[in-house]
Amino acid sequence: MQAFEYIDAKTVSEAVALLGEKGDKAGLLSGGTDLIVQAREGKKNLDWIIDIKSIPEVNELTFDSNSGLTLGAAVPCYQIYANDSICESFPGLVDATVIIGGTAIQGRAGIGGNLCNASPAADGIPPLIVLKATCVIAGPNGERELPVEEFCTAPGQTALEKGEMLISLKIPVPEKNSSSFYLRFIPRNEMDIAVVGAGASVVLDDSKQRIVSARIALAAVAPTPLFAEEASALLTDKEINDDIIEEAAQAAQSIARPISDMRGTAEQRTHLVGVLTRRALNGAIERVRDAA
Amino acid sequence: MAKKSHVQTTINGESVEFLCEPRQSLLEVLRDELHLTGAKEGCNNGNCGACSVILDGRLVNSCLVLGVEIEGKSVETIEGLADPEKLHPIQDAFLENAALQCGICTPGIIMSAKALLDNNPKPTEYEVRYWLAGNLCRCTGYDKIVRAVLDAAEAT
Amino acid sequence: MAENKDYKVIGTRPIRHDGVDKVTGRAIYGADFQITGLLHGRVLRSPHAHARILSIDTSRAEALPGVKGIVTGDDLPAAEDKMADLGEGAVSLKYLCDNILASDKALYRGHAIAAVAAISPHIAEEACQLIDVEYEVLTPVMEVRQAMEADAPLLHEGLKTSSLGETSEESSNVASHIQHKKGDIEKGFAEADIVIDREFVTGTVHQGYIEPHNATAHYNQDGQLTVWCSTQGAFTVREQLAEILQYPISKIKVVPLEIGGGFGGKINVYIKPVAALLAKKTGKPVKVLMNRADVFEGTGPTPASFITVKMGATKDGKITAAQTSMAFEAGAYPGSPVGAGAMCIFAPYNIDNVLIDGYDVVVNKPKSAPYRAPGATNAAFGSETVIDELAEELNIDALELRLMNGAKEGDHRADGPVYPRIGFIETLEAAKEHPHYSSENGKTHHGRGIASGFWFNIGLESSVTISVNPDGTINLVEGSTDIGGTRASIAMQAAEVLGIPAESVNPSVVDTNSIGYTAVTGGSRTTFATGYAAYEAAQDVKRQMIERAAKLWDVDEANVQFADGEFSSINGKEEQISFRDLSGRLSETGGPVVGRATVDPPGAGGAFATHVVDVAVDVETGKVEILRYTATQDAGKAIHPSYVEGQIQGGVVQGIGWALNEEYIYNEEGTMTNASFLDYRMPTCLDLPMIDAVIVEVPNPGHPYGVRGVGEVPIVPPPAAIANAIYDAVGVRMDELPMSPDRLLKAMGKI
Repeated sequence: MQAFEYIDAKTVSEAVALLGEKGDKAGLLSGGTDLIVQAREGKKNLDWIIDIKSIPEVNELTFDSNSGLTLGAAVPCYQIYANDSICESFPGLVDATVIIGGTAIQGRAGIGGNLCNASPAADGIPPLIVLKATCVIAGPNGERELPVEEFCTAPGQTALEKGEMLISLKIPVPEKNSSSFYLRFIPRNEMDIAVVGAGASVVLDDSKQRIVSARIALAAVAPTPLFAEEASALLTDKEINDDIIEEAAQAAQSIARPISDMRGTAEQRTHLVGVLTRRALNGAIERVRDAA
Repeated sequence: MAKKSHVQTTINGESVEFLCEPRQSLLEVLRDELHLTGAKEGCNNGNCGACSVILDGRLVNSCLVLGVEIEGKSVETIEGLADPEKLHPIQDAFLENAALQCGICTPGIIMSAKALLDNNPKPTEYEVRYWLAGNLCRCTGYDKIVRAVLDAAEAT
Repeated sequence: MAENKDYKVIGTRPIRHDGVDKVTGRAIYGADFQITGLLHGRVLRSPHAHARILSIDTSRAEALPGVKGIVTGDDLPAAEDKMADLGEGAVSLKYLCDNILASDKALYRGHAIAAVAAISPHIAEEACQLIDVEYEVLTPVMEVRQAMEADAPLLHEGLKTSSLGETSEESSNVASHIQHKKGDIEKGFAEADIVIDREFVTGTVHQGYIEPHNATAHYNQDGQLTVWCSTQGAFTVREQLAEILQYPISKIKVVPLEIGGGFGGKINVYIKPVAALLAKKTGKPVKVLMNRADVFEGTGPTPASFITVKMGATKDGKITAAQTSMAFEAGAYPGSPVGAGAMCIFAPYNIDNVLIDGYDVVVNKPKSAPYRAPGATNAAFGSETVIDELAEELNIDALELRLMNGAKEGDHRADGPVYPRIGFIETLEAAKEHPHYSSENGKTHHGRGIASGFWFNIGLESSVTISVNPDGTINLVEGSTDIGGTRASIAMQAAEVLGIPAESVNPSVVDTNSIGYTAVTGGSRTTFATGYAAYEAAQDVKRQMIERAAKLWDVDEANVQFADGEFSSINGKEEQISFRDLSGRLSETGGPVVGRATVDPPGAGGAFATHVVDVAVDVETGKVEILRYTATQDAGKAIHPSYVEGQIQGGVVQGIGWALNEEYIYNEEGTMTNASFLDYRMPTCLDLPMIDAVIVEVPNPGHPYGVRGVGEVPIVPPPAAIANAIYDAVGVRMDELPMSPDRLLKAMGKI
């Protein structure tokens, strides 16, 4: 592991200034479960590691029934799944937090870091997409916001400009009769990276027999996690039945551009997009119905 | 050579100071600087759990924490688990159940089990298996480990 | 020879002697070792699977502050092309040395090229990146069938095929061809009403021990070399070091520290000679550690294989003929376990006509190393799924078919040996009687499979000394490194002889200067052979203690008897003294008592196992869930049943990993793309049910307590048993390992 300097930043402005000064040679440390491994294995060449965990804003975890959820960029997974109101309102997000790594990883790793790591296979990103999360970004020119589906630009690459950092994620209050679901396929039952991941959110009508609207997002089938926009739109104002779910699953399959690697083959992944999209949609629908 | 940082922390209830390079992990600090070699390096990337310790009450992989990060924090390692006169109930349960063979994963698994039982004193078999999934054991097939953790939960 | 009586210690479940140290983190494993003035070593490894090394320039690395010494293959003594016998069979010294540090060619990605000693591990690693190596990259040969083709690129220009006593003219990647014949194979197939002929492929898998390899070496000014390390055999390390370094064996001391798993993979040396070379060069103690990627890429996996199996049977279920051709990947240098595989395939059955051909083939992968019943699991995947298919075609229950053809005492294996009393039939009967076998298993896409397995076990040499303490306890000194509780199983055998509790034995595993030669902890031999030595050493103690009692009472030794921990005089004086009390009177009766024994027992006694598994297949994803697992095994006599169960459970789970997900995945350049515990998917505890281990005891006539080795055979049946269960669940026969979700989806026609 190459030598680096460690800086424990206390404020957003300090971190932003350091990032602006050091550029690509600086990395932000929150949970460290990706960053430390990448530095150790020579995949990131860093002269400075800036620890952001002392910055109050990135540790914020608040849920307000008007403004929704504010999830600080450094909040670790265990705090998310230990939070009853998040479990109730954003079960699809919780689904991801309980499968990222093992329990020791969940003690450090968070959704913000999972997003900034920008892995195509990130479990945390599809739930954010289907929950319409917005990224709050601080930079030399102040704060800006960005829809989460526009955050990742390529494997390991994000829309963050020089000197910018993710502060938090904002997720709106869920609509009435809505829920969310995320699952992935892995060969083992834990500790693997997703071969394919699929997240879904649905809003049903009062009869719970019709979908008002839905969102589907996929992981590990393209250079970035994908918002399956057409597949989602297909479900708008539709009676729930196997055919419409299947149609959405096929539409999701059509946007998958997977590769073959040590985690799975392209044809396996395309096949699994169909299976997992169906399961994610049905899972989300079941949750709405069960909540009755 | 990189400059060393001074770190003041608490390990197994004792105040400890050490010097380390920023690139040294908590695991390296424990083993190489403090000679607490109970935590083991099995993979150095968070996939085996042999280096598990408890940091401010949370289970972590010490290979994925920098030594400099523990300034002002509190770390529990396997060396601090037993009383001078008697073993911790989890340690007893591991011995009674023959829940170790080579023993290299054992300190990590015991610390992981401690974090579980601190958090959930009466886990189900599934909860034990889920919680310990990040701790690889290649010798035992996990059967006796899971039984030991369930027995320890009964005993406490 | 096996005694048949009630034991006081054997068969009980005492706390292991090294237990407290291992649950408190105090036990010192190889990497935990510290010594004043220590330098840290790191090995530079080849990024190419097959390349000629044109030049190595270490000057930039040497200039890095903190670097104390660098070695390359040139620092090894020039290896003659001679054969060295290292206890595990003869090996070419040149190949052995080239695998430590490459000389002319890099033969696999991860092949050691050079090594650095520096004042910190980080600096040593940085220095490795500053070593400039010029390679001529060659086409890698990554698969056994490809390697056997006549026009395949050659790994070793000088390697000829040794086939049934002849040596080929042409160079080849096929190092050897072996054959075993029994009866008349053509006649056997002619007698069959049904013949099944199938091909199987198995992947490259790793032992997966959690502790990476490690070594610390130091040369004293007087030339004494000491190596502290974790190993399965301190004496084999000493022998290998002496040969590789061309250094007098008497000047080498190997200190075995606690070992974090081996499964066969910690018999060969890798970085131990490198640590010695660096220690020599720097004049300081040097510790060399592997990281996990080094372990996957640089140490022995167990080989991939291509196996054909053809078996024939009559309508009424008699297997009349069995034939196989097994081609095993040796890795970069000859020496795959195809020989062992050839001994084990078909071994559970008494078949009159057998023909077995085996091929040892080099490919551009790490040199293979033993892994728990090496070769037998690959072989059983083929033979035991063909037997399942035969049973189905014959409409005979698969377990019944095995019972009808199972080998018994007096039957002989195709490779020659005649079985003494063995317990294969008893494992089948135990499986049949187990509630698992008769339980309901009718859900959609659920299936049940069975398979059996054999491992021959080995004996070899062991030494033990025992000294008696004044309080009636004993100190037992042994040379078998303890990987899984053998201090306890060896101590218990001595305790049984002396009528003392297991807790009254203090077992110590010591270095090569402190005990007689002891072969490796491997081959399922330790509780059998070192236990045998402990038994004999305790008998020696008993004889001496009888002399002391006789002296004390002034009677003839023949008039002293020993039973249940008490010496008593017969025929005359009514005297009695316990082992403990007599131990307190050694000074007055002639001084200390030290017992000793060395053994090389011939009757290891084969191990048999039968496994039953239930699976659920997710037909949409191809994922297989293990629902229930029962393993029956003949242990001969279980000394410490908990640790016998542990061996069975651990072996089963390694077999499950091999069956379902574990494999080396290579890209076109011959680079392993999953060299981490993240992507080399070993089972976690969430992937498994409890594993029901059923111990069957058919005493081994070759051991005083009837012990058979138990460690290896449990890995043999799982892949075949799971394949048979998958067939039962979804109707597809899997012929490739691992049976990973993508392969199963393909087999089911879903992708």
